[in-house]
Amino acid sequence: MTASALLFYGLSLIILSSAVMMVFSKNLIHSALFMIVTFLGVAGLYLTLAADFLAMAQIVIYVGAISVLLIFGVMLTRRSNIKESNLFTKYKYPAGIVAAALFLTIAHFEYWAEWKVQVKSVGEGTTARIADLLLNNYAISFEISGILLLVALIGAIVIGKGEGNTK
Amino acid sequence: MITLQHYLILAAALFCIGLFTSIVKKNAIAVFMGIELMLNSVNINLIAFNHYLGLEKLLGHIFALFVILVAAAEVAVGLAIILSLYRHRKNTSVDDLDMLKW
Repeated sequence: MTASALLFYGLSLIILSSAVMMVFSKNLIHSALFMIVTFLGVAGLYLTLAADFLAMAQIVIYVGAISVLLIFGVMLTRRSNIKESNLFTKYKYPAGIVAAALFLTIAHFEYWAEWKVQVKSVGEGTTARIADLLLNNYAISFEISGILLLVALIGAIVIGKGEGNTK
Repeated sequence: MITLQHYLILAAALFCIGLFTSIVKKNAIAVFMGIELMLNSVNINLIAFNHYLGLEKLLGHIFALFVILVAAAEVAVGLAIILSLYRHRKNTSVDDLDMLKW
């Protein structure tokens, strides 16, 4: 087994086991921490795919921002027993069957499909090329995404303030 | 030898775990965590395709970047909605959020 294969299997073990722990942990804070481990594993997976910029963006945005936001949400809404804060609904077994069936279907088609894989590498260092694409070919999408973030920010503030205290 | 299929099947497994989470969890914030897992698995797919199909233009990376961006906006608005609901109902269980039902 080569080093890259070892890296891939180690990272997928980390990702999948912490995702499963996230689902089955009864404490919502523990779930959020396992979710952070999953995100870090995914960032490592991006590095194995030579996506250095995306790996760093994953760490900064998901691990740094989104997880903190989710933990804030947990802390601001919890009032009863934290140890029983992350329970299942009554749809546990039907949902398990649906998810397993979906996984088997996707895996079957992905495994037997004939992918036109190229052996050439995409090259070292993606940051400069991503910047070039974002500011030339995709400049309009880039600007629109900035507007989307601004609108989401204002919307979050307006919704979070509540209607009673708009002053 | 790690091929494209390895990454795709890992992403499919992660997607299904996220789907399971967002269906079965009672707490709305846990449902959000499931949605984040699903978005992450889609990003793994995009970057694996970009790597193994040898795209010089890095289209997969650009797409994954926009997915991350939309996920950030979605989480900000969604958590504001959850906090607002909590203020009104003192509860974040998705089973009780049925006031739009006619």
